[in-house]
Amino acid sequence: MTTITEESAQIDETEKTTAPRRRRPATTLVVGLGIVVAIVLFGLVAPFFTQDPLAVSNDGMQGPSAAHLLGTTQTGQDVLAQLAHATRGSLMVGVIVAVLALLLSAFFGILGGYLGGWLDEVFSLFTNVVLILPGLPLMIVIGSYVEQRGLLLIAFVLAITSWAASARVLRSQTLSIRSRDYVHAARIAGEKPWRIISVEILPNLLPVMSSGFVFALITAILGEAGLSFIGLGVVGTQTWGSMLFYAQNGQALTLGGWWWFVPPGFMIAVLGGGLSLINFSIDAIINPRLRNAPANVRRVQKAEKEAGA
Amino acid sequence: MHVLRKLGFYLVALWAAVTLNFFIPRALPGSPVDAVLSKLALRGPVDPATREAIEVMLGADDQGSLLQQYVQYLANLLGGDLGISVTYFPTPVSQVIGQSLPWTLVLVGVSTVITFLIGITLGTLAGWKRGTWLDSLIPATTIMQSVPYFWLALLFVYALSVNLGLFPISGGYDVTLVRPALDYPFVSNAMYYAFLPALTIVLSSLGGWLLGMRNMMVSTLSEDYILTAEAKGLHPRRIMLTYAARNAVLPSVSGFAISLGFVVSGSIVVESVFSYPGIGFTMLQSVQNNDYSLMQGLFLIITVSVLAANLAVDLLYGVIDPRTRARG
Amino acid sequence: MSKSAEQIVTDLESVRSGFGAAASPEPVLTVRDLDIVYEVAEPVHAVRRASLTLHRGEILGLAGESGSGKTTLAYGLNQLHRPPARIIGGSVTFHGQSDGDVDVLALEGESLRTFRWSRIAMVFQGAMNSLNPVISVKAQLEDVFTTHRPQMDAAERRHRSEELLRLVGVDPSRITAFAHELSGGMRQRVMIAMALALDPELMIMDEPTTALDVVVQREILQEILRLRQELGFAVVFITHDLPMLLEISDRIAVMRQGEIVELDTAENLYFAPKHPYTRRLLGSFPSLTGSTGDFVRAGYSPEETR
Repeated sequence: MTTITEESAQIDETEKTTAPRRRRPATTLVVGLGIVVAIVLFGLVAPFFTQDPLAVSNDGMQGPSAAHLLGTTQTGQDVLAQLAHATRGSLMVGVIVAVLALLLSAFFGILGGYLGGWLDEVFSLFTNVVLILPGLPLMIVIGSYVEQRGLLLIAFVLAITSWAASARVLRSQTLSIRSRDYVHAARIAGEKPWRIISVEILPNLLPVMSSGFVFALITAILGEAGLSFIGLGVVGTQTWGSMLFYAQNGQALTLGGWWWFVPPGFMIAVLGGGLSLINFSIDAIINPRLRNAPANVRRVQKAEKEAGA
Repeated sequence: MHVLRKLGFYLVALWAAVTLNFFIPRALPGSPVDAVLSKLALRGPVDPATREAIEVMLGADDQGSLLQQYVQYLANLLGGDLGISVTYFPTPVSQVIGQSLPWTLVLVGVSTVITFLIGITLGTLAGWKRGTWLDSLIPATTIMQSVPYFWLALLFVYALSVNLGLFPISGGYDVTLVRPALDYPFVSNAMYYAFLPALTIVLSSLGGWLLGMRNMMVSTLSEDYILTAEAKGLHPRRIMLTYAARNAVLPSVSGFAISLGFVVSGSIVVESVFSYPGIGFTMLQSVQNNDYSLMQGLFLIITVSVLAANLAVDLLYGVIDPRTRARG
Repeated sequence: MSKSAEQIVTDLESVRSGFGAAASPEPVLTVRDLDIVYEVAEPVHAVRRASLTLHRGEILGLAGESGSGKTTLAYGLNQLHRPPARIIGGSVTFHGQSDGDVDVLALEGESLRTFRWSRIAMVFQGAMNSLNPVISVKAQLEDVFTTHRPQMDAAERRHRSEELLRLVGVDPSRITAFAHELSGGMRQRVMIAMALALDPELMIMDEPTTALDVVVQREILQEILRLRQELGFAVVFITHDLPMLLEISDRIAVMRQGEIVELDTAENLYFAPKHPYTRRLLGSFPSLTGSTGDFVRAGYSPEETR
């Protein structure tokens, strides 16, 4: 009720008439999904067809050729094979971290926001403290104490430093949904809290949560890359970050081996770009103004041009 | 009231960081004290006081109750005693930090301010001119945002320093030409060396500010007070700046904490690429040398700096948003 | 027991004569065949061939349900319609007292900005954030003068702003306040003060009392009527509250699906509605003919809170 009276009548009229457009998926979404699917397929399938990424040969620091499509490393390893395995590794770390971060943010954000009271105070204080502590330095400290850095440990360290931002968003969204009429109705009808959360609240949070998940995925992949580049990544797993670490240490820069350090960073950038494009479309669902306002301006310009012609 | 609440929050955050710093070495496996002490012993004699300071900092078993250790640890921190650095033996950690901190403060501070200003300005324009060709720049900006800081740094070093020789490959200044002092030769040389690291930070963090500001502008422009301003016949520049941007910038300022975290994390790795003599590069050195005292001291100082920057921004927010003033 | 028809006419007249019927036969604004389209996937005709003449000092009510195009029409009068709305035809002519006719739709850029507010001022919905939350009332009152009266100095601007606040019954010391420090009614008074700043000949009021509580609504309406009598501006008053319009308007235009289906004096519209839609609209307000027989308005009609 209050949300609608806040909108002016003019906006009401516009929204009503633009509603049917929502059916057609945006180009950004299609492109974003295309990029992400292509990279995921590359990570899943390519490792079965490439050479052994660790096999050393005498052809060190060779540029791209028919035998090695992306050239070789200093020790003659095939860069394409490494890239394929690194894609798999980075994606695996990213997905695990994003899932963990999603669970953590849902726990602290939704539970705190729904239950309110002192629990909410404590939860949001905790969230804000975690949010403000710089992530990478903390990861470096923890990472350097542990000799056996397994996949799960690194994923956990990345997750505890990346859940807070979306927890804060989820909390404020939960607060606004909690005060809606149908939630009041459910509560008065004697529904159990967990049922209200899962049936009445969670479905409404899905866009925000998926946006948070995609964001966590980007942060995780970037964070892992940074950590691995410093040499504190997962021991024994190849990722884009570890490739860059070896490239930097193998003098790829000074020896001119661009084929070694360009592809992994490029993959990170493109995957991140694809994920951001997906997030763009989700944002437009959460906040219709973002999509409608620019589109409206364009349509009027187009109509004016046609009328003038 | 508002200010007191904020101060309270930052005290809690500071306490959390300090306590975390105390428990990490005690909770995680491995025995850093032995590692550090044995390394120190290689370099020269270790006097009992130093030994005790390191044991308090990194946690040793024979030091009485945990509470006693904690109190001792806090006392050492207040006294500025963070132990001795292995890497730069026998320099105290606090002194190593004192030498590297200014480099990072200037580099990260200046690049962050520049990025913020450019990003907010471009975002304001992109939001104001919504529905024009500027919209097509948005996806490009998004991709720029996903480029890892250090990879961009690698590309710059490779293209501009190694191949074209326009910029130095590493370091903070030319040690053969100038020595640190506040004079023109040194400052100009340091600026020359800082250019690429700064450019990296600016380019990689610009997208976030720009996009956030642009989206807020688009939302703000559908607010009623914009309509009022248009009906009043105000000049478009005044509507754009005083009515739209002035409101749209608020979330960017209040979201500064999150952004700064990214920038700081990014610059640590950027410094390592350029071997820039700041906090980040020093932190990497400490990691490579298992110099735990230095590492933890650095973690503390980074956290304190980030908290201080955020506190400053929070206080500024109180000035630019009158609504927080009233609540206080 | 309901009041007789004569009784109601007398009531109506006493309400209005209290403030004096300021309307004169001279026109201040003429709208001819105005067509406005929403340029969406399938363009929507929001205003169809709307024509009306507004007389100097007259209050013209614009009634209709939400989505009927009344807001779009009113905003189109000084080109304030926003994308995707677009004016595709018709004319709006402003008959200035001193400088003759102005073709409003031909104005653009600087000339449009000069025209706005000095000739047609607007008052928007009461509780909405029509005031900029981060700058003071003073700054928002004074930027009207800095824009339109650049020759005024700071002291004059300050003096005039305070005078305006006094005129609408706001303590001039509140001039340094921010929007969030004022009540809904106060904010609306400030908006009216701002609208009066340049002594406009026409004021467009878009649901100026909606979302205010009933007592404050009354006060604001009285204020508008008093000021209209004193200053003689014409008013286009938009609302879906037909009983309120019957009470305050000289003439009323009823809109439905973008068309003005009926335009007549308040009396004729009430006693002899010609269009079936007008009759239906009148029928949906039982308080008009209810046993109390007075123009008692419910604080929120169900339609209002839609």
